[in-house]
Amino acid sequence: MNKIDKMLLEKVSSLHDIKLGAFNIRKNGEVVERKSTKEIEIVPKKDKKGIDIIIKPNVQNKAVHIPVIITAGGLNDLVYNDFYVGENSYVTIVAGCGIHNTSDDNSTHNGIHSFHLEKNSHVKYIERHVGMGKGEGGKILNPTTKIYQKENSILEIETLQLGGVTKSDRKTFASLGENAQLNIQENILTENAETAKTSFKVTLKGKNSKVEVVSHSVAKGESYQEFKSNLIGKNECFGHVECDGILLNNARIVSVPMIDALSSDASLVHEAAIGKIAGDELIKLMTLGLSEEEAEDVIIKGFLMG
Amino acid sequence: MLKIENLSYLVNNDGKDILKNINLDFLEGKIYVITGPNGSGKSTLVKLIMGILTPSAGKISFKGKDITNLKINERAKLGIAYAFQQPVTFKGLKVKDLLNIASNKENDFNSLCEYLSSVGLCAKDYINRPLDDKLSGGELKRIELAMVLTRNACVNIFDEPEAGIDLWSFENLINMFKKLSSTTIIVSHQTKILEIADSVILLKNGAVEKIGKYSEIKPYIQIETCGKLRGENE
Repeated sequence: MNKIDKMLLEKVSSLHDIKLGAFNIRKNGEVVERKSTKEIEIVPKKDKKGIDIIIKPNVQNKAVHIPVIITAGGLNDLVYNDFYVGENSYVTIVAGCGIHNTSDDNSTHNGIHSFHLEKNSHVKYIERHVGMGKGEGGKILNPTTKIYQKENSILEIETLQLGGVTKSDRKTFASLGENAQLNIQENILTENAETAKTSFKVTLKGKNSKVEVVSHSVAKGESYQEFKSNLIGKNECFGHVECDGILLNNARIVSVPMIDALSSDASLVHEAAIGKIAGDELIKLMTLGLSEEEAEDVIIKGFLMG
Repeated sequence: MLKIENLSYLVNNDGKDILKNINLDFLEGKIYVITGPNGSGKSTLVKLIMGILTPSAGKISFKGKDITNLKINERAKLGIAYAFQQPVTFKGLKVKDLLNIASNKENDFNSLCEYLSSVGLCAKDYINRPLDDKLSGGELKRIELAMVLTRNACVNIFDEPEAGIDLWSFENLINMFKKLSSTTIIVSHQTKILEIADSVILLKNGAVEKIGKYSEIKPYIQIETCGKLRGENE
Protein backbone atom coordinates (compact mmCIF):
# COMPACT_ATOMS: atom_id res chain seq x y z
CA MET A 1 0.00 0.00 0.00
CA ASN A 2 1.19 3.50 -0.81
CA LYS A 3 1.04 6.67 1.28
CA ILE A 4 -2.43 7.69 0.05
CA ASP A 5 -3.82 4.20 0.77
CA LYS A 6 -2.44 4.33 4.30
CA MET A 7 -3.75 7.84 4.90
CA LEU A 8 -7.25 6.82 3.73
CA LEU A 9 -7.13 3.71 5.91
CA GLU A 10 -6.11 5.79 8.89
CA LYS A 11 -9.00 8.18 8.31
CA VAL A 12 -11.71 5.56 7.90
CA SER A 13 -10.65 2.87 10.31
CA SER A 14 -8.21 3.98 12.98
CA LEU A 15 -10.23 6.47 14.90
CA HIS A 16 -10.59 4.27 17.95
CA ASP A 17 -8.46 2.40 20.48
CA ILE A 18 -9.33 -1.23 19.92
CA LYS A 19 -6.56 -3.59 18.82
CA LEU A 20 -6.80 -5.05 15.35
CA GLY A 21 -8.48 -8.45 15.22
CA ALA A 22 -10.26 -9.84 12.17
CA PHE A 23 -10.20 -7.60 9.12
CA ASN A 24 -10.88 -7.27 5.42
CA ILE A 25 -9.30 -4.44 3.43
CA ARG A 26 -10.78 -3.71 0.03
CA LYS A 27 -9.15 -1.43 -2.53
CA ASN A 28 -10.57 -0.41 -5.91
CA GLY A 29 -13.09 -3.26 -5.88
CA GLU A 30 -10.62 -6.01 -4.93
CA VAL A 31 -9.60 -7.59 -1.64
CA VAL A 32 -6.11 -6.52 -0.57
CA GLU A 33 -5.82 -8.38 2.69
CA ARG A 34 -8.08 -10.50 4.87
CA LYS A 35 -7.71 -12.15 8.25
CA SER A 36 -10.12 -14.28 10.25
CA THR A 37 -9.67 -15.20 13.89
CA LYS A 38 -10.90 -18.26 15.76
CA GLU A 39 -13.87 -16.21 17.00
CA ILE A 40 -14.62 -14.10 13.94
CA GLU A 41 -14.67 -15.70 10.51
CA ILE A 42 -14.67 -13.68 7.29
CA VAL A 43 -15.90 -15.70 4.31
CA PRO A 44 -16.04 -14.39 0.71
CA LYS A 45 -19.43 -14.66 -0.98
CA LYS A 46 -19.70 -17.09 -3.86
CA ASP A 47 -22.57 -15.57 -5.81
CA LYS A 48 -21.63 -11.88 -5.67
CA LYS A 49 -18.98 -9.48 -4.45
CA GLY A 50 -18.70 -9.23 -0.71
CA ILE A 51 -18.17 -11.12 2.50
CA ASP A 52 -20.00 -12.82 5.33
CA ILE A 53 -18.66 -11.87 8.75
CA ILE A 54 -19.58 -14.56 11.23
CA ILE A 55 -19.10 -13.72 14.88
CA LYS A 56 -19.47 -16.76 17.10
CA PRO A 57 -21.63 -16.74 20.26
CA ASN A 58 -20.13 -15.44 23.51
CA VAL A 59 -17.30 -13.47 21.87
CA GLN A 60 -16.39 -10.62 24.20
CA ASN A 61 -14.92 -7.21 23.39
CA LYS A 62 -13.37 -8.00 20.00
CA ALA A 63 -13.12 -5.87 16.86
CA VAL A 64 -13.64 -6.35 13.13
CA HIS A 65 -12.38 -3.88 10.56
CA ILE A 66 -13.69 -3.82 6.99
CA PRO A 67 -12.43 -0.58 5.44
CA VAL A 68 -12.78 0.22 1.75
CA ILE A 69 -10.47 2.53 -0.13
CA ILE A 70 -10.88 3.79 -3.66
CA THR A 71 -8.13 5.64 -5.49
CA ALA A 72 -9.25 4.93 -9.07
CA GLY A 73 -11.46 7.27 -11.06
CA GLY A 74 -14.36 5.83 -13.06
CA LEU A 75 -14.89 2.94 -10.62
CA ASN A 76 -18.40 1.91 -9.59
CA ASP A 77 -17.98 -0.59 -6.77
CA LEU A 78 -20.89 -2.61 -5.39
CA VAL A 79 -20.28 -4.88 -2.41
CA TYR A 80 -22.45 -6.92 -0.05
CA ASN A 81 -21.27 -7.42 3.53
CA ASP A 82 -23.41 -9.47 5.90
CA PHE A 83 -22.73 -9.62 9.63
CA TYR A 84 -24.01 -12.51 11.72
CA VAL A 85 -23.51 -11.80 15.41
CA GLY A 86 -23.85 -14.75 17.78
CA GLU A 87 -25.77 -14.79 21.04
CA ASN A 88 -24.22 -12.93 23.98
CA SER A 89 -21.38 -11.51 21.88
CA TYR A 90 -20.06 -7.98 22.24
CA VAL A 91 -18.04 -6.64 19.32
CA THR A 92 -16.96 -3.40 17.67
CA ILE A 93 -17.21 -3.24 13.90
CA VAL A 94 -15.35 -0.49 12.07
CA ALA A 95 -16.31 0.09 8.45
CA GLY A 96 -16.25 3.06 6.16
CA CYS A 97 -14.97 4.15 2.82
CA GLY A 98 -12.26 6.58 1.83
CA ILE A 99 -12.22 7.85 -1.75
CA HIS A 100 -9.21 9.71 -3.16
CA ASN A 101 -10.15 10.67 -6.68
CA THR A 102 -7.81 12.86 -8.72
CA SER A 103 -9.47 12.01 -12.03
CA ASP A 104 -12.36 13.70 -13.82
CA ASP A 105 -14.49 10.54 -13.71
CA ASN A 106 -16.76 9.62 -10.83
CA SER A 107 -15.67 7.11 -8.18
CA THR A 108 -18.62 5.40 -6.54
CA HIS A 109 -18.92 2.94 -3.69
CA ASN A 110 -22.20 1.20 -2.91
CA GLY A 111 -21.86 -0.77 0.32
CA ILE A 112 -24.87 -2.94 1.15
CA HIS A 113 -24.53 -4.12 4.75
CA SER A 114 -26.83 -6.34 6.74
CA PHE A 115 -26.67 -6.96 10.46
CA HIS A 116 -28.24 -10.02 12.03
CA LEU A 117 -28.02 -9.71 15.80
CA GLU A 118 -28.87 -12.78 17.83
CA LYS A 119 -30.32 -12.64 21.36
CA ASN A 120 -28.40 -10.62 23.94
CA SER A 121 -25.71 -9.57 21.47
CA HIS A 122 -24.24 -6.08 21.51
CA VAL A 123 -22.57 -4.40 18.55
CA LYS A 124 -20.90 -1.05 18.26
CA TYR A 125 -20.71 -0.11 14.58
CA ILE A 126 -18.50 2.80 13.51
CA GLU A 127 -18.75 4.05 9.94
CA ARG A 128 -16.50 6.83 8.60
CA HIS A 129 -16.79 8.29 5.13
CA VAL A 130 -14.09 10.43 3.61
CA GLY A 131 -13.75 12.05 0.18
CA MET A 132 -10.50 13.56 -1.07
CA GLY A 133 -8.59 14.41 -4.24
CA LYS A 134 -8.76 17.46 -6.47
CA GLY A 135 -10.12 15.85 -9.65
CA GLU A 136 -13.41 16.99 -11.16
CA GLY A 137 -14.78 13.45 -10.74
CA GLY A 138 -17.32 12.87 -7.98
CA LYS A 139 -16.60 11.02 -4.73
CA ILE A 140 -19.91 9.21 -4.37
CA LEU A 141 -21.01 6.96 -1.51
CA ASN A 142 -24.29 5.11 -1.23
CA PRO A 143 -24.36 2.96 1.90
CA THR A 144 -27.40 0.81 2.62
CA THR A 145 -27.76 -0.81 6.03
CA LYS A 146 -30.33 -3.49 6.85
CA ILE A 147 -30.70 -4.39 10.51
CA TYR A 148 -32.44 -7.37 12.09
CA GLN A 149 -32.31 -7.42 15.89
CA LYS A 150 -33.52 -10.26 18.08
CA GLU A 151 -34.48 -10.10 21.76
CA ASN A 152 -32.39 -7.99 24.09
CA SER A 153 -29.82 -7.15 21.43
CA ILE A 154 -28.19 -3.72 21.28
CA LEU A 155 -26.80 -2.00 18.19
CA GLU A 156 -25.01 1.34 18.48
CA ILE A 157 -24.18 3.05 15.19
CA GLU A 158 -21.88 6.04 14.79
CA THR A 159 -21.72 7.54 11.33
CA LEU A 160 -19.32 10.32 10.47
CA GLN A 161 -18.93 12.11 7.15
CA LEU A 162 -16.84 15.25 7.37
CA GLY A 163 -16.87 16.90 3.98
CA GLY A 164 -15.27 15.96 0.68
CA VAL A 165 -17.97 13.48 -0.33
CA THR A 166 -19.62 14.90 -3.45
CA LYS A 167 -22.81 12.92 -3.10
CA SER A 168 -24.10 10.40 -0.61
CA ASP A 169 -27.38 8.58 -0.29
CA ARG A 170 -27.55 6.65 2.97
CA LYS A 171 -30.45 4.30 3.60
CA THR A 172 -31.07 2.40 6.83
CA PHE A 173 -33.81 -0.17 7.46
CA ALA A 174 -34.23 -1.81 10.85
CA SER A 175 -36.53 -4.32 12.48
CA LEU A 176 -36.38 -4.63 16.27
CA GLY A 177 -37.50 -7.57 18.38
CA GLU A 178 -38.50 -7.68 22.04
CA ASN A 179 -36.37 -5.44 24.27
CA ALA A 180 -34.02 -4.74 21.37
CA GLN A 181 -32.32 -1.36 21.36
CA LEU A 182 -30.96 0.65 18.44
CA ASN A 183 -28.99 3.88 18.91
CA ILE A 184 -27.87 5.84 15.88
CA GLN A 185 -25.66 8.93 16.01
CA GLU A 186 -25.10 10.47 12.60
CA ASN A 187 -22.81 13.47 12.06
CA ILE A 188 -22.54 14.92 8.58
CA LEU A 189 -20.74 17.96 7.21
CA THR A 190 -21.29 19.04 3.63
CA GLU A 191 -19.48 21.83 1.78
CA ASN A 192 -19.48 23.47 -1.65
CA ALA A 193 -22.08 21.83 -3.88
CA GLU A 194 -22.14 18.49 -2.05
CA THR A 195 -25.37 16.66 -1.35
CA ALA A 196 -26.01 14.17 1.46
CA LYS A 197 -29.26 12.31 1.81
CA THR A 198 -30.18 10.09 4.71
CA SER A 199 -33.26 8.02 5.31
CA PHE A 200 -34.23 5.74 8.18
CA LYS A 201 -37.08 3.30 8.38
CA VAL A 202 -37.24 1.59 11.74
CA THR A 203 -39.99 -0.87 12.64
CA LEU A 204 -40.37 -1.46 16.35
CA LYS A 205 -41.97 -4.91 16.37
CA GLY A 206 -41.06 -6.26 19.80
CA LYS A 207 -42.46 -5.26 23.16
CA ASN A 208 -40.21 -2.69 24.90
CA SER A 209 -38.07 -2.21 21.84
CA LYS A 210 -36.37 1.16 21.66
CA VAL A 211 -34.75 3.33 18.99
CA GLU A 212 -32.89 6.61 19.38
CA VAL A 213 -31.69 8.49 16.29
CA VAL A 214 -29.63 11.66 16.73
CA SER A 215 -28.56 13.47 13.58
CA HIS A 216 -26.22 16.45 13.64
CA SER A 217 -25.82 18.18 10.29
CA VAL A 218 -23.67 21.08 9.26
CA ALA A 219 -24.24 22.39 5.75
CA LYS A 220 -21.87 24.98 4.29
CA GLY A 221 -21.51 26.70 0.92
CA GLU A 222 -24.19 25.69 -1.56
CA SER A 223 -24.55 22.19 -0.16
CA TYR A 224 -27.80 20.32 0.41
CA GLN A 225 -28.74 17.78 3.06
CA GLU A 226 -31.90 15.79 3.42
CA PHE A 227 -32.95 13.81 6.47
CA LYS A 228 -35.95 11.50 6.31
CA SER A 229 -37.04 9.32 9.17
CA ASN A 230 -39.89 6.92 9.51
CA LEU A 231 -40.54 5.20 12.84
CA ILE A 232 -43.25 2.56 12.95
CA GLY A 233 -44.38 1.40 16.38
CA LYS A 234 -46.13 -1.96 16.27
CA ASN A 235 -45.98 -2.73 19.97
CA GLU A 236 -45.37 -1.13 23.34
CA CYS A 237 -42.16 0.65 22.35
CA PHE A 238 -40.26 3.93 22.41
CA GLY A 239 -38.79 5.83 19.49
CA HIS A 240 -37.05 9.19 19.47
CA VAL A 241 -35.59 11.05 16.51
CA GLU A 242 -33.65 14.26 16.90
CA CYS A 243 -32.43 16.16 13.86
CA ASP A 244 -30.33 19.25 14.51
CA GLY A 245 -28.90 21.19 11.63
CA ILE A 246 -26.57 24.18 11.36
CA LEU A 247 -26.76 26.22 8.19
CA LEU A 248 -23.99 28.41 6.83
CA ASN A 249 -23.79 30.50 3.67
CA ASN A 250 -26.46 29.44 1.15
CA ALA A 251 -26.77 25.84 2.22
CA ARG A 252 -30.06 24.02 2.73
CA ILE A 253 -31.19 21.25 5.06
CA VAL A 254 -34.53 19.50 4.73
CA SER A 255 -35.91 17.33 7.54
CA VAL A 256 -38.89 15.11 6.85
CA PRO A 257 -40.32 13.37 9.89
CA MET A 258 -42.76 10.49 9.90
CA ILE A 259 -43.89 8.63 12.97
CA ASP A 260 -46.55 5.97 12.78
CA ALA A 261 -47.93 4.39 15.96
CA LEU A 262 -49.72 1.23 14.87
CA SER A 263 -50.02 0.25 18.54
CA SER A 264 -51.67 2.56 21.04
CA ASP A 265 -48.86 1.67 23.48
CA ALA A 266 -46.18 3.02 21.15
CA SER A 267 -44.51 6.27 22.15
CA LEU A 268 -42.79 8.03 19.26
CA VAL A 269 -41.16 11.46 19.23
CA HIS A 270 -39.58 13.52 16.47
CA GLU A 271 -37.66 16.72 17.12
CA ALA A 272 -36.03 18.86 14.47
CA ALA A 273 -34.27 22.20 14.56
CA ILE A 274 -32.45 23.84 11.68
CA GLY A 275 -30.85 27.26 11.72
CA LYS A 276 -27.74 29.37 11.86
CA ILE A 277 -25.24 29.12 14.71
CA ALA A 278 -26.87 30.78 17.70
CA GLY A 279 -25.59 34.33 18.10
CA ASP A 280 -25.18 33.97 21.87
CA GLU A 281 -22.85 30.96 21.38
CA LEU A 282 -20.59 33.04 19.11
CA ILE A 283 -20.67 36.00 21.52
CA LYS A 284 -19.87 33.78 24.51
CA LEU A 285 -16.79 32.32 22.80
CA MET A 286 -15.71 35.78 21.66
CA THR A 287 -15.81 36.97 25.28
CA LEU A 288 -13.34 34.14 25.92
CA GLY A 289 -10.96 35.59 23.32
CA LEU A 290 -11.86 33.73 20.11
CA SER A 291 -12.44 35.57 16.85
CA GLU A 292 -15.82 35.05 15.18
CA GLU A 293 -14.28 32.57 12.70
CA GLU A 294 -12.49 30.65 15.45
CA ALA A 295 -15.69 30.55 17.50
CA GLU A 296 -17.62 29.20 14.51
CA ASP A 297 -15.04 26.43 14.00
CA VAL A 298 -15.13 25.45 17.68
CA ILE A 299 -18.95 25.30 17.69
CA ILE A 300 -19.07 23.18 14.51
CA LYS A 301 -16.32 20.83 15.71
CA GLY A 302 -18.07 20.34 19.05
CA PHE A 303 -21.41 19.82 17.33
CA LEU A 304 -20.03 17.15 15.00
CA MET A 305 -17.36 15.48 17.13
CA GLY A 306 -18.43 16.20 20.71
CA MET B 1 -8.32 51.29 34.54
CA LEU B 2 -11.57 51.68 32.60
CA LYS B 3 -13.09 55.00 31.65
CA ILE B 4 -16.44 55.76 30.07
CA GLU B 5 -17.09 59.19 28.59
CA ASN B 6 -20.43 60.53 27.34
CA LEU B 7 -21.61 57.05 26.45
CA SER B 8 -25.07 56.75 24.91
CA TYR B 9 -27.05 53.89 23.45
CA LEU B 10 -30.08 54.50 21.31
CA VAL B 11 -32.55 51.94 20.01
CA ASN B 12 -32.87 52.60 16.29
CA ASN B 13 -36.54 51.75 15.91
CA ASP B 14 -38.03 54.42 18.12
CA GLY B 15 -35.00 56.60 18.80
CA LYS B 16 -35.41 55.98 22.52
CA ASP B 17 -32.37 56.44 24.75
CA ILE B 18 -31.56 53.28 26.69
CA LEU B 19 -28.46 54.99 28.07
CA LYS B 20 -27.63 58.64 27.78
CA ASN B 21 -24.43 60.48 28.40
CA ILE B 22 -22.85 58.10 30.92
CA ASN B 23 -19.51 59.10 32.49
CA LEU B 24 -17.77 56.67 34.81
CA ASP B 25 -14.21 55.99 35.94
CA PHE B 26 -13.51 52.45 37.20
CA LEU B 27 -10.31 52.37 39.27
CA GLU B 28 -7.85 49.48 39.57
CA GLY B 29 -8.73 46.78 42.09
CA LYS B 30 -12.02 48.31 43.20
CA ILE B 31 -15.44 46.66 43.33
CA TYR B 32 -18.29 48.50 41.58
CA VAL B 33 -21.90 47.40 41.81
CA ILE B 34 -24.32 48.76 39.23
CA THR B 35 -27.89 48.75 40.48
CA GLY B 36 -31.21 50.32 39.65
CA PRO B 37 -34.77 49.48 38.66
CA ASN B 38 -35.59 47.07 35.86
CA GLY B 39 -35.08 48.76 32.51
CA SER B 40 -32.67 51.35 33.88
CA GLY B 41 -29.92 50.20 31.48
CA LYS B 42 -27.66 48.16 33.80
CA SER B 43 -27.14 45.16 31.49
CA THR B 44 -26.91 47.45 28.46
CA LEU B 45 -24.07 49.36 30.11
CA VAL B 46 -21.96 46.25 30.80
CA LYS B 47 -22.70 44.87 27.32
CA LEU B 48 -21.37 48.15 25.87
CA ILE B 49 -18.20 47.78 27.96
CA MET B 50 -17.66 44.22 26.68
CA GLY B 51 -18.45 45.22 23.09
CA ILE B 52 -21.55 43.03 22.81
CA LEU B 53 -23.49 46.18 21.97
CA THR B 54 -22.17 49.17 20.03
CA PRO B 55 -22.72 52.63 21.51
CA SER B 56 -24.50 55.37 19.59
CA ALA B 57 -22.04 57.93 20.96
CA GLY B 58 -19.25 58.27 23.48
CA LYS B 59 -15.92 56.68 24.27
CA ILE B 60 -14.65 53.70 26.28
CA SER B 61 -10.98 53.61 27.30
CA PHE B 62 -9.07 50.75 28.88
CA LYS B 63 -5.67 51.50 30.44
CA GLY B 64 -5.64 54.75 28.48
CA LYS B 65 -6.37 53.09 25.13
CA ASP B 66 -9.54 53.87 23.19
CA ILE B 67 -11.36 50.54 22.82
CA THR B 68 -14.72 51.92 21.61
CA ASN B 69 -14.34 50.33 18.18
CA LEU B 70 -12.69 47.07 19.25
CA LYS B 71 -14.46 43.75 18.81
CA ILE B 72 -15.54 41.59 21.74
CA ASN B 73 -12.59 39.19 21.42
CA GLU B 74 -10.11 42.06 21.11
CA ARG B 75 -11.38 43.50 24.41
CA ALA B 76 -11.25 40.00 25.94
CA LYS B 77 -7.61 39.65 24.91
CA LEU B 78 -6.76 43.01 26.43
CA GLY B 79 -8.06 41.76 29.79
CA ILE B 80 -11.81 42.26 30.10
CA ALA B 81 -13.87 39.24 31.15
CA TYR B 82 -17.64 38.92 31.24
CA ALA B 83 -20.06 36.54 32.97
CA PHE B 84 -23.47 36.30 31.33
CA GLN B 85 -26.69 36.74 33.24
CA GLN B 86 -28.11 33.75 31.35
CA PRO B 87 -25.29 31.24 30.81
CA VAL B 88 -24.95 30.08 27.21
CA THR B 89 -25.21 26.35 26.46
CA PHE B 90 -23.60 24.42 23.60
CA LYS B 91 -24.34 21.16 21.81
CA GLY B 92 -21.21 19.03 21.96
CA LEU B 93 -18.76 21.27 23.86
CA LYS B 94 -17.72 19.93 27.24
CA VAL B 95 -17.06 21.88 30.43
CA LYS B 96 -13.31 21.26 30.09
CA ASP B 97 -13.35 22.52 26.46
CA LEU B 98 -14.80 25.82 27.61
CA LEU B 99 -12.39 26.12 30.54
CA ASN B 100 -9.46 25.41 28.20
CA ILE B 101 -10.66 28.08 25.76
CA ALA B 102 -11.26 30.53 28.62
CA SER B 103 -7.77 30.04 30.05
CA ASN B 104 -6.17 29.79 26.57
CA LYS B 105 -4.30 26.60 27.44
CA GLU B 106 -4.77 22.84 27.77
CA ASN B 107 -5.29 22.35 31.48
CA ASP B 108 -4.45 19.22 33.41
CA PHE B 109 -6.93 17.73 35.86
CA ASN B 110 -5.44 19.61 38.83
CA SER B 111 -5.84 23.01 37.18
CA LEU B 112 -9.42 22.24 36.12
CA CYS B 113 -10.08 21.07 39.67
CA GLU B 114 -8.76 24.36 41.01
CA TYR B 115 -11.01 26.41 38.70
CA LEU B 116 -14.15 24.43 39.49
CA SER B 117 -13.58 24.10 43.21
CA SER B 118 -13.40 27.90 43.39
CA VAL B 119 -17.11 27.86 42.52
CA GLY B 120 -17.88 24.87 44.71
CA LEU B 121 -17.93 22.17 42.01
CA CYS B 122 -16.01 18.89 41.99
CA ALA B 123 -14.01 18.60 38.77
CA LYS B 124 -14.37 14.84 38.29
CA ASP B 125 -18.15 15.20 38.16
CA TYR B 126 -18.13 17.96 35.58
CA ILE B 127 -15.12 18.27 33.26
CA ASN B 128 -16.36 15.72 30.73
CA ARG B 129 -19.99 16.77 30.84
CA PRO B 130 -21.40 18.71 27.90
CA LEU B 131 -22.19 22.31 28.74
CA ASP B 132 -25.81 21.87 27.72
CA ASP B 133 -29.25 22.24 29.21
CA LYS B 134 -28.98 18.92 31.02
CA LEU B 135 -27.03 20.83 33.68
CA SER B 136 -29.13 22.73 36.19
CA GLY B 137 -29.39 26.51 36.11
CA GLY B 138 -27.25 26.69 39.25
CA GLU B 139 -24.54 24.44 37.81
CA LEU B 140 -24.45 26.45 34.58
CA LYS B 141 -24.17 29.68 36.52
CA ARG B 142 -21.25 28.44 38.60
CA ILE B 143 -19.42 27.13 35.52
CA GLU B 144 -20.03 30.54 33.93
CA LEU B 145 -18.32 32.15 36.92
CA ALA B 146 -15.46 29.64 36.75
CA MET B 147 -14.85 30.50 33.10
CA VAL B 148 -14.43 34.16 34.02
CA LEU B 149 -12.09 33.38 36.92
CA THR B 150 -9.81 31.28 34.67
CA ARG B 151 -9.12 34.31 32.51
CA ASN B 152 -7.25 36.23 35.21
CA ALA B 153 -8.55 39.42 33.67
CA CYS B 154 -7.82 42.98 34.78
CA VAL B 155 -11.52 43.84 34.61
CA ASN B 156 -14.15 41.24 35.56
CA ILE B 157 -17.78 41.95 34.74
CA PHE B 158 -20.60 39.92 36.29
CA ASP B 159 -24.17 40.47 35.13
CA GLU B 160 -26.48 39.40 37.99
CA PRO B 161 -24.15 36.67 39.26
CA GLU B 162 -26.42 35.69 42.13
CA ALA B 163 -29.31 34.61 39.90
CA GLY B 164 -29.72 30.84 40.13
CA ILE B 165 -26.84 30.23 42.54
CA ASP B 166 -28.52 27.14 44.01
CA LEU B 167 -27.00 25.29 46.94
CA TRP B 168 -23.68 27.06 46.78
CA SER B 169 -24.03 29.61 49.54
CA PHE B 170 -24.23 33.28 48.92
CA GLU B 171 -21.34 33.75 51.33
CA ASN B 172 -19.04 31.82 48.98
CA LEU B 173 -20.01 34.08 46.11
CA ILE B 174 -19.30 37.17 48.20
CA ASN B 175 -15.95 35.75 49.33
CA MET B 176 -15.06 35.00 45.73
CA PHE B 177 -15.62 38.65 44.80
CA LYS B 178 -13.61 39.87 47.79
CA LYS B 179 -10.62 37.71 46.80
CA LEU B 180 -10.46 39.14 43.28
CA SER B 181 -7.60 41.55 42.74
CA SER B 182 -9.15 42.81 39.51
CA THR B 183 -11.38 45.77 38.89
CA THR B 184 -14.76 44.14 39.43
CA ILE B 185 -18.02 45.38 37.96
CA ILE B 186 -21.16 43.62 39.15
CA VAL B 187 -24.76 44.19 38.08
CA SER B 188 -26.89 43.30 41.08
CA HIS B 189 -29.86 44.08 43.30
CA GLN B 190 -28.65 41.97 46.21
CA THR B 191 -27.96 43.79 49.46
CA LYS B 192 -25.02 41.56 50.41
CA ILE B 193 -23.32 42.30 47.10
CA LEU B 194 -24.11 46.01 47.33
CA GLU B 195 -22.51 46.01 50.79
CA ILE B 196 -19.09 44.87 49.52
CA ALA B 197 -18.95 47.55 46.83
CA ASP B 198 -16.30 50.24 47.04
CA SER B 199 -18.76 52.20 44.97
CA VAL B 200 -22.42 51.68 44.08
CA ILE B 201 -23.63 53.15 40.79
CA LEU B 202 -27.37 53.76 40.76
CA LEU B 203 -28.88 54.00 37.29
CA LYS B 204 -32.30 55.47 36.60
CA ASN B 205 -33.92 55.83 33.18
CA GLY B 206 -30.62 55.30 31.39
CA ALA B 207 -28.63 57.85 33.39
CA VAL B 208 -26.39 57.76 36.45
CA GLU B 209 -28.54 58.94 39.36
CA LYS B 210 -26.08 58.54 42.23
CA ILE B 211 -22.60 57.15 42.92
CA GLY B 212 -21.25 56.41 46.36
CA LYS B 213 -20.92 53.96 49.25
CA TYR B 214 -23.88 51.65 49.73
CA SER B 215 -24.75 53.42 52.98
CA GLU B 216 -25.10 56.68 51.07
CA ILE B 217 -27.00 55.21 48.12
CA LYS B 218 -29.27 52.91 50.12
CA PRO B 219 -32.12 55.40 50.73
CA TYR B 220 -32.35 56.19 47.02
CA ILE B 221 -32.42 52.51 46.04
CA GLN B 222 -35.35 51.85 48.36
CA ILE B 223 -37.28 54.82 47.03
CA GLU B 224 -36.67 53.66 43.47
CA THR B 225 -37.80 50.11 44.19
CA CYS B 226 -40.97 51.28 45.93
CA GLY B 227 -41.70 53.68 43.11
CA LYS B 228 -41.26 50.90 40.57
CA LEU B 229 -43.58 48.57 42.43
CA ARG B 230 -46.19 51.25 42.87
CA GLY B 231 -46.03 52.01 39.20
CA GLU B 232 -46.46 48.35 38.25
CA ASN B 233 -49.53 47.97 40.44
CA GLU B 234 -51.33 50.99 39.13
